[in-house]
This record gives sequence, structure tokens and C-alpha cells, in this order.
Amino acid sequence: MTKIRTQHNRRSFLKISAAAGGGLVLGFSWMVSCTPAEKEIKRVIPSEWFDVNAFLKVAANGMVTIMSPNPEIGQNVKTSMPMVVAEELDVDWKDVIVKQAPLNTQLFTRQVAGGSQSIRKGWQGLRMAGATAKQMLINAAAKQWQVDPSTCKAAKGLITNTNGDELSYGAVAATAAEMEAPAEVTLKDPKDFTLIGTDIRNVDIEPIITGQPLFGLDFRRKSMAYACVLRPPAFGEELVDFDDTAAKAVTGVQQVLRFDNKIAVLANSTWAAMKGKNALKANWKASGKLENTADHDKELTQLLSTPMKEPLRKDGNVKKAFAEADKVITKVYEAPFLPHNCLEPMNFFANVTDEVIELVGPIQTPEWTRGRIAKLLERPEDQISIQMTRMGGGFGRRLYGDFVLEAAEISSLAKQPVQVVFSREDDMTAGTYRPASKYQFRAAVKDGKMIGYHLTGAGINMRNATRENNFPAGAVPNYLIESHNLESNITTGAWRAPITNFLAFAEQSFFDEVAAEIEVDPVQFRLDLFDQAKSNPVGEVDYDIDKFKGVIQLAAEKSGWGRPRPGVYLGFSAYYSHNTYVAEVAEVIMEQGSPTIKKMICAVDCGIVVNPIAAINQVEGGIVDGIGHAMYGDFAFEKGRPQRSNFDRYRLIRMPEAPKVDVHFVKSYNDPTGLGEPTLPPAGGALANAWAAASGQRLYRQPFATQKQMLG
Amino acid sequence: MATFQIHVNGQLRQVEADPDTPTLWVLRDQLNLVGTKYGCGIAQCGACTIHLEGTAMRSCSLPISVIGDSKITTIEGLSETASHPLQQAWREHDVPQCGYCQAGQIMNAAALLSENPSPSDVEIDAAMRGNLCRCGTYNRIKAAIKTASQLS
Repeated sequence: MTKIRTQHNRRSFLKISAAAGGGLVLGFSWMVSCTPAEKEIKRVIPSEWFDVNAFLKVAANGMVTIMSPNPEIGQNVKTSMPMVVAEELDVDWKDVIVKQAPLNTQLFTRQVAGGSQSIRKGWQGLRMAGATAKQMLINAAAKQWQVDPSTCKAAKGLITNTNGDELSYGAVAATAAEMEAPAEVTLKDPKDFTLIGTDIRNVDIEPIITGQPLFGLDFRRKSMAYACVLRPPAFGEELVDFDDTAAKAVTGVQQVLRFDNKIAVLANSTWAAMKGKNALKANWKASGKLENTADHDKELTQLLSTPMKEPLRKDGNVKKAFAEADKVITKVYEAPFLPHNCLEPMNFFANVTDEVIELVGPIQTPEWTRGRIAKLLERPEDQISIQMTRMGGGFGRRLYGDFVLEAAEISSLAKQPVQVVFSREDDMTAGTYRPASKYQFRAAVKDGKMIGYHLTGAGINMRNATRENNFPAGAVPNYLIESHNLESNITTGAWRAPITNFLAFAEQSFFDEVAAEIEVDPVQFRLDLFDQAKSNPVGEVDYDIDKFKGVIQLAAEKSGWGRPRPGVYLGFSAYYSHNTYVAEVAEVIMEQGSPTIKKMICAVDCGIVVNPIAAINQVEGGIVDGIGHAMYGDFAFEKGRPQRSNFDRYRLIRMPEAPKVDVHFVKSYNDPTGLGEPTLPPAGGALANAWAAASGQRLYRQPFATQKQMLG
Repeated sequence: MATFQIHVNGQLRQVEADPDTPTLWVLRDQLNLVGTKYGCGIAQCGACTIHLEGTAMRSCSLPISVIGDSKITTIEGLSETASHPLQQAWREHDVPQCGYCQAGQIMNAAALLSENPSPSDVEIDAAMRGNLCRCGTYNRIKAAIKTASQLS
């Protein structure tokens, strides 16, 4: 058990821990409220609730409402974050109702979906919220019994004392809500967890499988207009003028308005707005550079051979190591742009009036977005409310609230509530893309050892295309990391596992080639480097050697590494990102002359696994996503124009191509770390290495599928 | 604008729409049946899958004018008590991540099972190929279809 100081009074507790104090009106989600989950139907939902703190309220019948603070993009935090509260509160999960909290920076901290950090950074606050509420309920019961609270215990929503008395949470909820929060609470020993570590189903499973309103696009408001926006067709172009005669003739179109460099068509249905937008005749002119992928290729290649003035990291004497090497291995790897392609296209509802600015929809960064809206409309932040809907995917795209700003601006101009809807074409061509990048790896090999390592990265709008302190930093005595940026007017941004989503493939493929050159098994090659980092470390490193080795050994064991099977080719990869250690082994067979992935064996160390059934889903999803984009993801620009705009020409992985995934978690009582991203980075490298084992062909460029024809 | 009488989930509904309006938008914007999702608008992702006389169709590419007397079933009308074998199996396997594609997946799978109650892996792959899941829940979708085929 861990004793943890809360704060001396409720008010300061509120500020410091994010597990805030009561007496407030809690946000209420219309979407969940109109679709009670199955368990809610069986019991009458109470009309009176007692707020114990910002995260939870208790009703007289013992039911508990737990607020989920962070946005839900499919990473399952709407289930797992309330589970952490419920664990410490010690309430039966069947008595729990979960609601999505709106943006409230006074009550909650870091209401963000990004960086795979919700559980890791929320962990302590969520536990404290549950434990504090539990102690307050115990104190209320003790007061009623006139006994010392230390003689009372609580479990599964029931408080007991040494006299054999019992009171339910519901019976003391009203009293507890009026009590001071304790200065100190006791957190459970993780070994005593009864809810965390069990399989809890998605709290939104019922509305999802019955089609009840849940997502941003499902939001409706009377008198709301649907708005579709015509944006410049190319990056580097601006609007000259337009003719909206045909657009206005479309049945249902209400008005057409210009803002910034864009034209919005407002209509009484989504279809009319889309049709109206397509009927606009606009003239555009170049206002900036109209960029081409072919030019980016050349410029990035040039940057790879340009020394960096101040390298990101330099250990030992790299020049000397390469001069003395028996052999120098040099390989270059290339990644295209990628759109995010959330299946729910970007959208947002805005209702801007003189008094309030009401925003509803899918956004990963509500707090940042609120600040941007305040600036855009020159209005105080306290007039702005943001309600987060469940999101039809995020992958980083919904970190950028461009679509919220558009909705707010259109509503402000039109003086009516609007829902901005991106068509798929809008979504794919007005993106914030994963930037194209290139990497050059060089290894100096001497006496069967990698004595020098030199990585140069170059990426579009990438201030640092590397992870200079990640492995193999610390394991190679002469080590140099450089990175170059190529500025572009194409909007780029975070895409699931930024940078590492491609860097890991390149690095892990390169390791395999170096291992082959020095004739060491690829797994042993990595383990030897870790031994070197442990016995003779060079500089600072970001990773934990033992945890890293742990997942490598587990994946090797579970995949039968080193025990060849006829016709099955294995590829190894391991990567540390988002505080989580992952090792993967791809199983490839030759099918109709082509290497084809059938299975991925994956070992993960993410500390405590909060909700195994959902955690396995995240691991599988990250791998399928990683394989899918490595195989098929391709996106290019000509004269600033995206060359693909829908799923007929942009290929995403489909069911027949998805490998089976075999997931193994390292048993751990360490605080949990992220899972939304870290299984993606190693996937491409595992596949590439198995592909090489099967066919002899090394892959240096994504997507892999376009290189299949090179095979004889 | 024209008036159409369409059969949706066992009810006769009257809607006003341009004849070229995709059934998807009539369902979503006029009848407030928002379970049927918009994903691509060109019948490439399957998020908008409905049943027309029991056959899986992409409602984004099905103009309202061609529906006629054919009976539409949407995810909201798949079962009265959310007890379709696929819905039960979806719960058991905890299939969704973001959840956005899942109604379309279920509707497509329901049409498959009504034609082929015990599909093989290869048959499931072939039938479900047109339904994208951006989160990559394909293995769970397949497992849930197999579970449902045993339940029904």
C-alpha cells in the first residue's frame, strides 16, 4: 500500500491533483444519456446524485457515475481511465456509469489524446480520485456510527466496521459529499487490484453495435446548417474569385460565404452542402511555391550528404572509427507522405452567439483548440465550451483543430449553428500529413563488431527526424546523429507514432543487414549491443536495458526464433517508444512468388496492463496499421496538389491482408505506460526482415507493395 | 424535389428529396438514423452498409429514387433487442476500437451469414474485403463472425 498526501483542504486538493473537489454541476453527455447501456436499463438511473469529487458522483442506490476526462479516439481510455478510479474507489463495475467529461481545465488536467500518455499521466490522479472518494465515504459512515474511521473498511461499495455494522456507499453518499477531503489517502498495492487486470468491455459497445448517436457527425441541433468548404486545390494556391450561381441553385443550399481563402456552402442537408460545394466555380492562383514530390526527393537526398553544424549527438571519434573500419555499410531508406484517413472524416459543430461559443465534436486537443478559438474570434475563453464526442479515429489528425476553427468562423459569419463536414476527398486532400523523409545509416564494422554508427535524417518540416538518445545510443562507442529540415508549405503533423513510425523500420532493417554482414544472428546482435551498453555505457540513454532485453527475449522465445520451420521465414524487430518496450517477430511465407505476412508475434512491456482485452486490441491494431501502411501507404504531390483523394486509389489494408497477431505482455507491477502507438513502429521492420529472409530482397522504401514486381 | 415512400426497418416513411440523393443522407439527415455512417461516398469503405431486401448495399452510392418498394434495414433495425448473433458476438469479442466502421461491418456480416451460415475464413475474407477498419480490428471481426455463425 502506498500512503499519498492529497492536500489539506478540498480547494487546494482540487488544484493540485486534478482529482478535484465537489459541489459542482457535472457535464452531461447527451449522446450517452440517450442510449443507456444494458446495465442501466435494468436499474433505474437515479435523478439525484451526490458529487464526491470531479471524477465521480454517487447515488443513494449505490450507483456511481465516473467521468472520463480524456478524449476517446479508439484507444479505449473511456473505459480504462474510469476503471482506474473504480479500482481505488472499490466499487462493483456493474454499478458504474461512465460519462465523457467536457473540457474543464479547472477540474481536470491534460485532457488530451496524444502521445499514448492518457493512462500514464492520468494514473496517479485517477487513483487518487477513487481513493479519496472511498475515504470520504468511509469517514461519512464512521461519523454516523461514531467510530474512528480507521476501524472501518470498504470493498465493493460496502463499508463495514469492527462491530459488524454495514453501510452502502449510497447510504452515506449525501453525507460524504459534504465532507472535507482527507489530507492523506492510501492507495492500493497493485497486487491487490481486483478490477485492473480483468477484461472489461468497451463502455460504448451498446451504442456502437446498435447504431445510436455517438460520433461528431451524429450530433444534431435544430436550425443547424450543414456546411461544406471548398479549400484551395493545391498547397501554395489562393482564391481569386468564384461564381456561386450553380451552387445557390442546388435545392437545400441556404447561403454561400467566403472566409479566408475558402468558400463555405451552408445547406439543410449534408448532401445539398456537398453538391453545392461541388457546383462552385472558383479561380485560384499561385501565391507560394507549388511543390512536387520528385523535387522533395532530390532535395532530401542532397541533405543526407550535408554535414550538420551542430550534430544532435556525437560520441567518441566517428571519423576515426569509419577510417579504421574493415567494412562500412551504408543504406538509405525513404518514406512518402501519409494522410491519416480517420474513417470518420473531419467535422465539428459550432454555435457562436454574442453570449456563448458552443463547440461539439471530435477533437484530440480541446484545451489548445479553445485557446485558438478565443484568439480567432477575439472572445474570452470562459465563453467557450467544448464537448468531446467519441471519435471515429484520430491517429494524430485530430490534434489539429483546423476544422473547429472553420466551424466557429462559419457559425460566427452566418450567425447560426453549423456542422462543418469534410467529404472524404476534403479529408484526404486538406490533411496534416505524415511528412516524407529519408534516412541514411552508416555502420563501421571492425573485428566483427559495430564500432561506429552514423545516422542522418532529413524530413519535410521535421525539426528533428531522429531519436538521438534511443537505442543504439550508449551501445556504440563512436556515434553520430544528424538531422536536416526541408521547409514546405504542405501542412504536416503528427501521425501515429510520429517519426518512429518510419524511423524504426529503417533502423531495424539496417540492424539486420549489419548483423548479416558480421554473421551474427539478428537477435543475438541486439542482445550483444545491450550487453555493451550495460558493461561499457557511452553517454545518456533514454531506454531501460533490462526491459528492452526482456521483450526481445520473450518475443524470441514465443516465436520459436532459432528453430527453423520449412517454408516459414521470420523477421525480428524491437523498438522503444512512448515509454513502452515492444519486440515483434513477423512470420512470412512465399505465396504465388511473393512474400506474404501471415502472423506477428509480439511481446510488450507497458507496465501494469489495465484492461487486457482492450490492450490486446490496441497491440493488434498498431501492428495491422503498421503493416498496412508499410505495405500500401503512398501519397504524393504534383504542383502542390495531392495525387490521391479517396479509397479507390489510396490503398488501406483490408481483412484478407491482415496478419494474425499473437500478443504477450511482460508481467509487471510497474506503473502503466502507453499502448496506442508503440506497437506500430517495429511492425514494418519485422516484415521487411522476414521479407528479406524469404526472398533475399531488401526493402528500402515504403510502400513495399510497389516493389513486389521487382522479384523474379 | 420529389416525394418518396420508403420502407425502413419495418416502417413506411415519407421523405422529400432530390432523386439523386444517396440513401445514406436520407437516412442520416432526414430520418435521423445516424447508425449508418459516411466514410467515402464512393462505395469503397463499407461504413454505410445497409440491407436492401436482405442484400448488403452501400447506401452512399444508392440513389433514393431506385429504392422503390424494396425494404431497407439499417443497423438500428437489425434486431429489436440488440440480440442479433453478431451483436452478441461483437460484445463477447469486444471488437471495436474507435467503433465508427462497426455498424457497416455488422450489416455486411449479417448479409453474409444469412446467405452462408457457416462461412470459412476464406469466405469471410472475400465477403468482408469491402469493409475498411482503419483501427485494424479485422481479426476480432473475423472471430466474432465465426462465433456468431455458431450462435445462429
